[in-house]
Formats: sequence, C-alpha cells, structure tokens
Amino acid sequence: MAEDKDSAEAIVAEVHKKISGAFDVFDHEFNKTVDVREIGTIIRSLGCFPNEGELHDVIAEIEEEEPTGYIRFEKFLPTMTKVLMERKFRPIPEDLLLQAFEVLDKQKKGHLELEELTKYMTQEGEPFTQEEMEEMLSAALDPDKNVIFYKDFVSMMTVDDPR
Amino acid sequence: MGCGTSVTIDNQARRLTTDKTAKNPPSPALTMKAAILIQRWYRRYIARLEMRQRYTWNIFQSIEYAGEQDQLQLSSFFNFMLDNFTQLNGNGPDLISHLLDPVVDPWSDRERQTKYEQITVPESYSGPHLTFPLTVSHTNALLSAFKEQQPLHGRYMLQLLHETKKLLKQMPNVIHLSTTYAKEITICGDLHGRLDDLLLIFYKNGLPSAETPYVFNGDFVDRGKKSVEVIILLFAYLLLYPDHMTLNRGNHEDHIMNLRYGFTKEVMQKYKTHGRDILLLIQDVFSLLPIATIIDNKVLIVHGGISDMTDLDFLSSIERHKVKSALRLPRRSLNYLEVTGSSRQGQSESPGCRQGSCSSSSSLCSPRRSSRLSPRPCLSPSMPSPTDALQVPFLDSFTALPVPQPPREELEWKQVVDLLWSDPKSQPGCSPNTFRGGGRYFGPDVTHRLLERHGMSLLIRSHECKQEGYELCHDGQVITIFSASNYYEEGSNRGAYIKLGRELLPRFFQYQVSRITRKLTLTQRVNVAEGSAVRALQEKLFAHRSELMAAFQQYDTSNSGKIFLQ
Repeated sequence: MAEDKDSAEAIVAEVHKKISGAFDVFDHEFNKTVDVREIGTIIRSLGCFPNEGELHDVIAEIEEEEPTGYIRFEKFLPTMTKVLMERKFRPIPEDLLLQAFEVLDKQKKGHLELEELTKYMTQEGEPFTQEEMEEMLSAALDPDKNVIFYKDFVSMMTVDDPR
Repeated sequence: MGCGTSVTIDNQARRLTTDKTAKNPPSPALTMKAAILIQRWYRRYIARLEMRQRYTWNIFQSIEYAGEQDQLQLSSFFNFMLDNFTQLNGNGPDLISHLLDPVVDPWSDRERQTKYEQITVPESYSGPHLTFPLTVSHTNALLSAFKEQQPLHGRYMLQLLHETKKLLKQMPNVIHLSTTYAKEITICGDLHGRLDDLLLIFYKNGLPSAETPYVFNGDFVDRGKKSVEVIILLFAYLLLYPDHMTLNRGNHEDHIMNLRYGFTKEVMQKYKTHGRDILLLIQDVFSLLPIATIIDNKVLIVHGGISDMTDLDFLSSIERHKVKSALRLPRRSLNYLEVTGSSRQGQSESPGCRQGSCSSSSSLCSPRRSSRLSPRPCLSPSMPSPTDALQVPFLDSFTALPVPQPPREELEWKQVVDLLWSDPKSQPGCSPNTFRGGGRYFGPDVTHRLLERHGMSLLIRSHECKQEGYELCHDGQVITIFSASNYYEEGSNRGAYIKLGRELLPRFFQYQVSRITRKLTLTQRVNVAEGSAVRALQEKLFAHRSELMAAFQQYDTSNSGKIFLQ
C-alpha cells in the first residue's frame, strides 16, 4: 500500500515537472503567468489533442473571475494535472487519422484534390484559418501533381509523435 | 467535457470502418467528424512545432543576453575597483583609468585634418577615393565597392569619421523631424553589421535622398561581419544628406561593447595600419550620436526604450558626448558609493558586483536568480539600500556616510542608459532589467504616462530581435522594429522597416536575406533553427565544462556521478 502511494506521488511529481517545463517556455516575464492565447499550444505540446471547443472549456475553467488575458500557473497546474492523469484528449492513432482522410476521399482515389481538401478544412468541422490552410498545404501538397497523397502525408507527420 | 468526446471518437472508429465497406457516400455528420479529427490532429502538430520554435528562441536569446550581462557585471566590477582603489593617495594621477577613460585629444581640428590629408594612398589601391564635401558619385562608388568586397582605404575612413564627428557636434541630443504630404520617413532597426540587409533595404525602398528620408535606430555594429561597411555607408549618407538621414545611438555604439562583440576586432583586422586611430575616432563619433528622434512631436524613436525616470526635457539639456559608454560610469568621488552591507559578504567571489536594490536609483543590477537557463547565480541576496545612511566598507569595518544627491553626471548617464537598454514588458510597472543587466523593464502604464505627458502617440524602438521583424505591444503604443534578418540562424526571423507618412500610420515592410532560393516549410525552418540552437548550447556547455563539473560535484557529495533535479 505504501509502495503504491509512493509511486503515485512520484507519478504526480513527474507530471508536475512536465507541466511546469511547458509553462515556463511561454512565461516571458518570469512571473509564472502566460498569455491566454498560448494555452492551446502549451496543452497540445504536453501530448493532448483537444479540439477547439474542448480547449475553450479548459480555458474557461482556469481563467480569472475577471479575465486579465493571463493565466496564472497556480490555476493551470491542478487543471492540467487532472487532464494528464485522466488521459483526456488522447492522441489520435495513425490508422484512425488515415480513415478520416479516406472518408473525405469520397471517390476513393487514394489522394485528395487541392480544392477538395481546402474546402473540407476551411468549411467543415472547426474551420482552418487561411494561414493554417496554407501551412498544411505547404507540407502536404505534392508540387508536381498538385494533389495531396494523404497516406504519405500522415506517415511523414506522425514520424516523431510520442507513443 | 473531454471524456465525452473521446468516447465518441472511439465509437467513430468502429463506424468509420463500417461505412467504408458500405458503398453509400459517407453522411454529412461523418464528413464533419472526419474533418474535425484531421483539424484537431493538425493543430496539435503545429502546436508542438511552435513549442520547439519558442524554446529554440529562448536558447538563442538567453545565450545572447547572458553574454551582455556578463559584460555589464565585469564592467561593474571594474568601475568599483577604479572608483575605490585608484585614488587612495588623493591627488595622484591614476594610471588604470587612463586605460579605459577617453583620451584627451591634443591635436586641434585643423591639425588633424592636415594630418589625414598627408596619408598617402598607394597606386595599387582600386577602391573609392573620397573628397569632401561628399557627392552622390562617392556614395555610389562606396556601394559598388562594397558589393565587390573592395574595402575603403584607411585615410578615407579617418577623413569620413572626422567629418562625421564635426557634423554630429552641431546636432542636438534629440532630433526633430517632420513628415510632409509628399514623402514618407523610413525607420529601420538593428542592423548589427549585416551589409546584405542594408543593401536589400536600399534596393527595396530606395537609396537615402530628399524623397526617401531615413532614420536608423541604433546597433549598426557588432556581431555581423560587415560592421565597418555598414557604418561607412550610414555616415557617408549622413554627410551627403544631413537633413534626410538620422542616426540614433544604440547600446552597441559603445567602445566597450565593441571590444566584446566583434566590432573592434573587425576594425583592427581590416585596418592594420590605422586601426587604433580609427577606433579612437569612432569612440567619439558614437558618443556624439543623438539619443532620440521625434517626428511631428508625436512619435518618439529611441533604441531601447524608456523608464519611469525618463525626462525628455532633461535629456535635451545633457552633454551626451560625456556618456562614452554605458559600462563606464562617470567618475565619482569616494563620498558617493552605492555599496550596501551585503557586498561585504561577496568578497570571496567577485566583490565588485553592485548589489542593485530594486529602487529606481540604480541602473545596473545583479542578475535575477531563476531556475531557468539563467547566467551566473547571484552573489548574495540583494537588500534594499538604507535611505538614511550608507554602510561603506572602509579598511576592516564599516563607516556610515550620509547619502548625498547623485551628481548630475550620474543622472545624465542614467537617462542615456535607460533609453538605450530598456525593454518593454506587458505587465504594468517599471523594474530593473535583470535579463540584460542594465536599463529597465517598462510596462504599458509607463509608456502611456510618458506619451501623454508630451502629447505623443507612439514609441518606436528596436533592441530586441522579433520573428516577424517587428512587433506591437502596449496596446499599439509601442512598436519594436528589427532590421537584421536571420539574426540567430538562417531562417530564424525576418527583418523589417516602417514607413511613416503624414497621417502617422505605420506601414510595415518585411524581408529575409537568404542564400537558398527555395522556401523552407515551417517544419524545416524549425528543424534548422533548433539544430543550430542546440549546437550553440553544446558549445557553451563545452566551453564551460570544467566550471560545470565543479558546480555539479558540489551537489554530488557521494561522488556517485549523478545529481537529482530539484
């Protein structure tokens, strides 16, 4: 029993350290606060995959009563710890991602046309901004054929993902 | 909240496969879910890239500022030693400060001019020949020469600097400019010896002229390899169009900074015969550069920033040429020392580090202690200096001295240092800039108060590298403009300049000097920059490995070869 408690504490300490590390990268004034707009990046860099709606919920939970534009570490730590311990917003396995692309590839061509992907990403779901779209295309678009071979794209992008 | 969606996704996994086998087109709901999945995944991927980009930046910046902070610490120590231990006799000349203090020029202006004219230029010299007053053909010749890697002869360099010094002496500390309906003023930030960036700006925006006036906001030299060429061009255009060219002083227009950051070395390498004379002249020229520029009485331009002690009226009255270096305080008598009791403890380490109390009276301060990638640790905790009496170490005890008002020279020096070294911060207030070791951090309230007091609407400053070449803060009241692209590494950042017309609405122009023509994707850029940062860090670790080993061993009392992170 005591052993379990020790290892549980050790795990929590480990998690706290990770959260602290990610938070500090954006703490420009070295006073344990970060701009609220960077919270998404911080959460995602810790291995979580919230969608925009879920992200807004988390932010609502950790914001001040009177939103200042800043998030304090004291509020961020407990919420983020819970998220990590409960394994919320789990990463998306590669094969599921591939299936998602296949759903969009209605004609089962094995690739998506530039206009097709753009339409889906900027009009469906939680639409991309123009910048996000351009950035994705710069990496995904095959410059010769002007299409997106999504299978290759997914493999390339998931290369350095954590387990 | 989160849990709910995850469950849906898991169900989705099963449903996706079933739909695939069925030959019907996927339902709109399914399409939407697939889209969200992809978007969610992609955003996470980008966030990781941003994180890597951010800490790469942090590494570069920390290494950069750590160096500068070292410099200030060292200078602080030097100053302390010079002030306290070189005048114990009372009246004797002190040889040590002669090394660092500006040399009094025994020659008159006329004599110097003749002396330079007598320097012979060999027949074999194929570079530009300058005669004064300069004409457009001279500046064009300089541009062509530098593009062909052809240097300017030492004699012309000396003459150019001599003329520049004469011109600058006539200028006030604060330059006032006005826009007209016909033309916009172009404002550029740090160049740091990047000739390519300067040439690119001239190419994109036009050469300096009556139609294209420029303001260059400091830090023309150091770090880059062509600081000499950069200042030759800037000074040449200044002489050619004194009404359409403005140069503000930056914190690197400082001969002691130049010793450390490469400019002095570059001059000595490029001018083997006349290097020393050139450096002495440059010292004077730098200290004569104006400190601030004001456009239409509405836009303030300074290199670093401001502080809660900034006083533009006082600034106009100071003798700016006396502030030769931020790192060499004006001489003070033994009466006035800002030494507190805590410095006594520091004796086993470097006794000179001035324990900066966080009052606005000191502009140099000890480093902030943080667990982060922070440079050397603090000596001893800084204590607020007592306001009614100073405990001054004297021989082996303390003597109490009354606190006099700081002499005028010191106040003048502080004004200049604050303007050349400060950085904006997003939270209100004004605190010592511990990251740099000099100047202040100023909040939006400080900006607002100063601008309001003088009826101004905008502060343009430089001093900090920004990824996009420019950045707004303090509700749009402060713009940082930085003109050296790829400052840390190929692809690390863009450079930018501002154009300001009659309406005083800034327009930004960005660029990036590059040796590769193909555009790198975000991923590639992050990889390159990260690799470079890690290498730079490795170099630092390697260079300081014996110190690191010693420090680690202090914690590892059992000699196990391991230590635990706190």
